[in-house]
Amino acid sequence: MSRLIRLDQTGRTVLAEWSHDDPAGADAARAALATELERGYLAVASGRGGEATAVRELPPDAELVILRRPIAGG
Amino acid sequence: MTEIASPAGGEASLPLTGELPELAAVPWRPRVDEQALRRADRLWTLSTVAHEVPFLLTAAALPLLNAIMIPVGVVALAFAWVIPELYAARGAGVLREPATARGGAAAAEDRALGLLADLVGHDARGLLTSTGLVLEPGRLGVWLVGPAGALLVRPGGRRVECYCVRATGDELPRSDRVAHLLLALRADERGFATVANLTFSGARWRLRRRLRPAARTGLAAAAAAAR
Repeated sequence: MSRLIRLDQTGRTVLAEWSHDDPAGADAARAALATELERGYLAVASGRGGEATAVRELPPDAELVILRRPIAGG
Repeated sequence: MTEIASPAGGEASLPLTGELPELAAVPWRPRVDEQALRRADRLWTLSTVAHEVPFLLTAAALPLLNAIMIPVGVVALAFAWVIPELYAARGAGVLREPATARGGAAAAEDRALGLLADLVGHDARGLLTSTGLVLEPGRLGVWLVGPAGALLVRPGGRRVECYCVRATGDELPRSDRVAHLLLALRADERGFATVANLTFSGARWRLRRRLRPAARTGLAAAAAAAR
């Protein structure tokens, strides 16, 4: 089961969950991702090995996609 | 929910290459690499020497001219000691707890900490539990990530760079702030170092004295990993 998570003031919010054999769930996740990107969030696909990749579309094989706010030098 | 101002200037300007989108907010900064880091290190060292030498010369020369000037020499010595300490204190500030991170709902912090613990490896989880900081090995060195910035312990473990950088928005739980920085760092280490503001580059021992105990523990772990 793959998940789309947003880091926010509640700690985290699960926006969508889908599996490879669930095209409707994946479509819902794509729509949620697009909405959050439009709002200014940035997406990162996080792998089991600790690797992370900035993405703008839902990677088909991603297990965890995390939406984060932009960072800035303090 | 409010809209978040995107430093990348909107969706159309977000790169698809895996680089940090936030780089678009600092187009004047050259992308950090190993050579740029070495150059920054040298500049910090030269700057420190330039600050120190006049005071040290003054402290040495004045008493030779006249014994009555000994107190002035002592004051000059004090300045020579204080100035690099002030720089180190500024660098240590990146691992201080931000005021906005101390409060907040405990449940939100628990959820954020749970996700952060899932993101880090088994080895880093112990340090996260005891210090609240995340150890992340990178190509440029070993990073120690906190809620308001990160330290980079360079290979060998003797030199440290301090970066002030944070997630935008004040209401995020502390662990969420760390997770933001960790994800950005993992996605693009050089981009992360470019977006962040370098606040100190210098000897690890000088920085260590200015850190809170938990951060000292984290620094020691990062130095051990960098050796």
